[in-house]
Amino acid sequence: MKTMHKEVLFGLYDDETELLSAVQSANADHLEIMDVYSPFAVHGLDPLLGLSESRLHQAGFVYGATGTLTAFIFMTWVFVSNWPIIFGGKPYFSAPAFIPVTFEFTVLLASIGMTVTFYTICGMGPGIVNPILDSRITDDKFCIAFDVSHSDQNTVEKYRSFFQKTGASEVNSKNI
Amino acid sequence: MAHYVSPLRIPLIEGNKSYHLITDDICSPTERTPSKLWVIGFIISVSFLSLYAFVITWTIWQGIGVWNLNRTIGWGWDITNFVWWIGIGHAGTLISAILLLFRQRWRTGVNRAAEAMTIFAVICAGQFPIIHMGRVWLAFFVFPYPNTRGPLWVNFNSPLMWDVFAISTYFTVSLLFWYTGLVPDLATVRDRSKGLRWKIYNFFSFGWTGSAKHWQRWESLCLVLAGLSTPLVLSVHTIVSFDFATSVIPGWHTTIFPPYFVAGAIFSGFAMVLTLMLVARKVLNLEQYITLEHIESMNKVILLTGSIVGVAYLTELFIAWYSGYIYEQYAFFNRVFGPYWWSYFAMMTCNVLSPQFFWSKKIRRSVYWTFALSIVVNIGMWFERFVIIATTLARDYLPSSWSYYSPSWVEIGMFAGTLGLFFTCFLIFTRVAPVVAIAEVKSILKVAGDQYIGPNATKKEHHN
Repeated sequence: MKTMHKEVLFGLYDDETELLSAVQSANADHLEIMDVYSPFAVHGLDPLLGLSESRLHQAGFVYGATGTLTAFIFMTWVFVSNWPIIFGGKPYFSAPAFIPVTFEFTVLLASIGMTVTFYTICGMGPGIVNPILDSRITDDKFCIAFDVSHSDQNTVEKYRSFFQKTGASEVNSKNI
Repeated sequence: MAHYVSPLRIPLIEGNKSYHLITDDICSPTERTPSKLWVIGFIISVSFLSLYAFVITWTIWQGIGVWNLNRTIGWGWDITNFVWWIGIGHAGTLISAILLLFRQRWRTGVNRAAEAMTIFAVICAGQFPIIHMGRVWLAFFVFPYPNTRGPLWVNFNSPLMWDVFAISTYFTVSLLFWYTGLVPDLATVRDRSKGLRWKIYNFFSFGWTGSAKHWQRWESLCLVLAGLSTPLVLSVHTIVSFDFATSVIPGWHTTIFPPYFVAGAIFSGFAMVLTLMLVARKVLNLEQYITLEHIESMNKVILLTGSIVGVAYLTELFIAWYSGYIYEQYAFFNRVFGPYWWSYFAMMTCNVLSPQFFWSKKIRRSVYWTFALSIVVNIGMWFERFVIIATTLARDYLPSSWSYYSPSWVEIGMFAGTLGLFFTCFLIFTRVAPVVAIAEVKSILKVAGDQYIGPNATKKEHHN
């Protein structure tokens, strides 16, 4: 995601258990979390953050179905109408023989389509530089970030006391 | 919502690691200067790679007449090597995809390297059919593209054509799956580096941030890719077996081929994974990530698939006799007692007898036994393909065209050369990318209770 010119206040936690309970208490205090960053996928985090299930696999189904239809219809068109040839005395429309290629093409389109979609919607790609809050997030720190670009002093203090209360090992701010 | 911590399970990762220690351990091989052992290995691999470059140049320049194939035996070492390499690739997909679907969490220690092995093995495999075409510059003819010859399309009813689609899809999907898994770990390496190194890793890590939504999508993508790869990997070797099984050659025309080829592929693939892992864990100091538990689990897979292969060999012999069809009977009699009896003998010894040692737990957990047997299995699986291809073709329907085949130096060079290509790729991989999936290993760190490091931990462990 491109997040231009935001001021971010973030706290770093040392363990995912602390992160999960911190997110829970942020929810209880009605604090609006901008994002959570972690070195690996923390299970149980998505419902707490109110993230709905990814619809990537639905996109994958559409890509796959496109592949199935394209391959099967194309081969049928080639052998029935465009250039009919008899192979080994079999009918022009020899559907069972089309299955392997249809299957492979389904898998191919679903995989490529989903992967490209994934990188596109995440705003990622070769050479893209996304703002990193702390270089230890990909190592061993779990990070909760608040957007404080438009917050008054009171709100910022509220965030800081939240971090202190929930046991963040470090609190920093950064312009991204 | 806290992470479930099992107090009973054996740790998958040994040595009481912290998250930071995992990062250090796995990233450091890419950061320090290569060890002497690596340099020696690299020099040997690159010399074989140069041999490969010379031999394929020679083949393409002279034509495939420099191979010892003849009118009777049109497939020899080339297709043997093709099937062998493709089979080896299958273990990577099995570990990364099928074991992911089965929630076998020990896979995280070995899946990265196994997937890399898959990709390099498929690259090696692809060389053989392409060069066997003779006029490699016309290799693109195999793809159905609108052309000025009609357009004349490829034959979609042919298993050889299915193979084109299967292998190219397999390569693409494996690459996507592997690289998507690699992106968060490349970001880890990126965040530890500076200067030019940062620029390079930044380019290849695609701007990964570790955001919760990205992780969610990443997991969703990996799961679906695993779901797609699982039938894909079965289809690939099934289609490779169709290259033989749909022909009307006695000894090839059998319905047992698809499951038998798939089991054989997994068998040889796990053997190659073990060969590589046993060296890699030693050289890269990853013994605590690729543990004896991993080795034992993989040896169990070898024992199972090796026995399936053994049953398939015996079933083939039985069915040949039971069919009452003399050509089929002769094909198998010839396979066992004919001019290539020695290759059948090698196949049976290496593939059926040698894995039986793994019934013993002591041998399953012995690094030396495993290393030796993994190489024996790979030799055996090479012979299996040679037995199926060469012995069958050498004695066809017409006795006047019976023939014998032994490889020319070019064919031997080409096989040795692909080994060079494979190991060169693998050695470079161990230098530039994390060999163990860092993020995935971190996510399974706490399956054992003693590694819980939070504030409420009942006992505090000191990290070594």
